[in-house]
Amino acid sequence: MSLFTILISTIFVNNYVFARFLGICPFLGVSKKTETAFGMGVAVTFVITLASVITWMIQKAILDKLGLEYLQTIVFILVIATLVQFVEMVMKKTSPTLYSALGVYLPLITTNCVVLGVAILNIQEGYNLIQTIVNSIGASVGFGLALVLMAGVREQLELSDIPKPLEGFPIALISAGLMSIAFLGFNGLV
Amino acid sequence: MSIILYPLLVLGGLGLLFGIILSLASKAFAVETDPKVEEVRSVLPGANCGACGYPGCDGFASSVVEGKAPVNGCAVGGKAVAEKVAKIMGVGAGETEKKVAVVLCQGNNSKAVKKYKYIGINDCKAANIVSGGDKACQYGCLGLGSCKAVCKFGAIEIVDGIAVIDPEKCTSCGQCIKACPKGIIQLVPYSQKVAVKCRSLEFGKPVKEKCSTGCIGCQMCVRVCPAEPKAMQFENNVPHIDYEKCINCGLCAEKCPTGAIWSILEKKKVEDK
Repeated sequence: MSLFTILISTIFVNNYVFARFLGICPFLGVSKKTETAFGMGVAVTFVITLASVITWMIQKAILDKLGLEYLQTIVFILVIATLVQFVEMVMKKTSPTLYSALGVYLPLITTNCVVLGVAILNIQEGYNLIQTIVNSIGASVGFGLALVLMAGVREQLELSDIPKPLEGFPIALISAGLMSIAFLGFNGLV
Repeated sequence: MSIILYPLLVLGGLGLLFGIILSLASKAFAVETDPKVEEVRSVLPGANCGACGYPGCDGFASSVVEGKAPVNGCAVGGKAVAEKVAKIMGVGAGETEKKVAVVLCQGNNSKAVKKYKYIGINDCKAANIVSGGDKACQYGCLGLGSCKAVCKFGAIEIVDGIAVIDPEKCTSCGQCIKACPKGIIQLVPYSQKVAVKCRSLEFGKPVKEKCSTGCIGCQMCVRVCPAEPKAMQFENNVPHIDYEKCINCGLCAEKCPTGAIWSILEKKKVEDK
């Protein structure tokens, strides 16, 4: 599979939010403003890419060698949790505005299934290091795209006249479902 | 053996490695916070009562350091804390006379007439819903202790059906003022020795029928007030003392025919009536 195909496939066809339904919590939580959605997308991109590379290395160098594949989940979670803490520290120091804008969702990346999902799928698909990096970038760009698109939709929804019982979260979930159906259109592209 | 040893080594080793990395990172990326915030926070009472209008003592401390809150903003800590905070911030404390909350009602069980027997939730707000509580006077203290419940400093006692606030323990945080459904708790200066302890807006006979120590609106206190200009002002059938003008002579309390004006100068005399 060429690198380009992997990239297009993870961003559009197998979009982690719309096709695999991973990372729904931040998808609904941080998609109220385009600005924070973009910030979250960048943070997640950074974490996913780094986490995937490190977990891939640990898998190949330690777990596979020692026959400890069953430790995959717990070791990957350890890596992700550490990385998120690290990113949080760096962000607090370098960009306090982004730090306060992301608020509680930054620590939530720790328990974000997208990060773990990408790391595990990289191994399952049998990617090499380059393919892993491309797949991770594609996954997080797809996640960020979903987030920013959703934020755009929700900003419009704020201004529109919505029936009272559907205001807020219900209409957000409905739009998420519609967007998911729209992304089905990419099926068969790759 | 290796079945147990390898996983232990791998997980333990990784955990240790990540721990070291994180602890190093926390040093390298430590965000310097203003040490003044810590200092200010340490001199505050720490009750997190929110009387200053900020979310707890921490919020107040950082606001003071940022210059958004006044150094004497902590009502609870009063002058002592304001001076300490001012010292840390390097500015003058400004004048803050200690204030204390006072319940403006003396209609206890023997003086106030009850219109029905209240058996219900032991809470003033609940009792107030039932046609304004059990006291015939709708302006009186219900004495069920909603104020006592919110007081974090144990300054309020219910004595004979009336809430009484200990001025020594009171920190003027204002929680009881918010809790009182009758709105009869007021902040008065600590040095104030006279207060009109009745908030009845009724006049004459109806007051007398409901409470033996209510203000009947005779305006005797206004006439005898020797302060120039007069500290006592009559408004809505009840006198108000301007605490800035009051000279604390206690004459009004002495002349009040029903003892509605309370004075610690003439305390004995008032109670005799």
